[in-house]
Amino acid sequence: MAMISTIRGEIDEAELEKKEGVIDNENEHTTWVEHWYQGELVRRSAHVTLKVGQGASGALGGP
Amino acid sequence: MANVAGMCTSFKAELMIGIHAFGPGTGVPARTAATADVLKAALFLTAGGTRGVADTVYNTTGELAASGNYTQGGKTVVMATAPTTNGTAGVFTPSANLTWTNLTSSGAFDCLVLYNSSQSNKQVSVHTFTSQSIVGADFTLTMPANDASNALVRIVT
Repeated sequence: MAMISTIRGEIDEAELEKKEGVIDNENEHTTWVEHWYQGELVRRSAHVTLKVGQGASGALGGP
Repeated sequence: MANVAGMCTSFKAELMIGIHAFGPGTGVPARTAATADVLKAALFLTAGGTRGVADTVYNTTGELAASGNYTQGGKTVVMATAPTTNGTAGVFTPSANLTWTNLTSSGAFDCLVLYNSSQSNKQVSVHTFTSQSIVGADFTLTMPANDASNALVRIVT
């Protein structure tokens, strides 16, 4: 049996409810994983992959 | 052939490594050759968010509290890859992911601020994403491709 580290200590994975999600848009691809124990969120991780940063435009004066 | 007006591509990358200092010298920081500045990245709360392009200097207003394995000021950005050019853009992207290990965030957050801790914490850029809360686990931020369309910091014309 696998033990999962949570804010309530190590808990057997079989006793946890696992929820997962994905967010994908033009800015990011994000995955998250939640573990719930007896109705309490005891662990939540997330991985955000930024698809695009920030740009500054330069311009020349005159024609 | 004809002369073509435009901002030199090399200049865009050189801005990011401090090659140029225009003007009479007022406000130009002291430089030590071949010593790069230290960039840091900090996380900011979603609620009451005030971070934006008008910011000039990093401060802790709205930053995650110093709890749950988060240290205010954020993490040092790994810069193994120098700013460069891609197409006609100057580009820079940190060379490693940012990971906060075993984090319990003091609230939901949706913002990463990049700032220069070697130059009086002058702010570089603000990056947002879908609001996240972390509970006793890792938060990882993976960088975009370091190209003219996607790099974390781009100077384009």
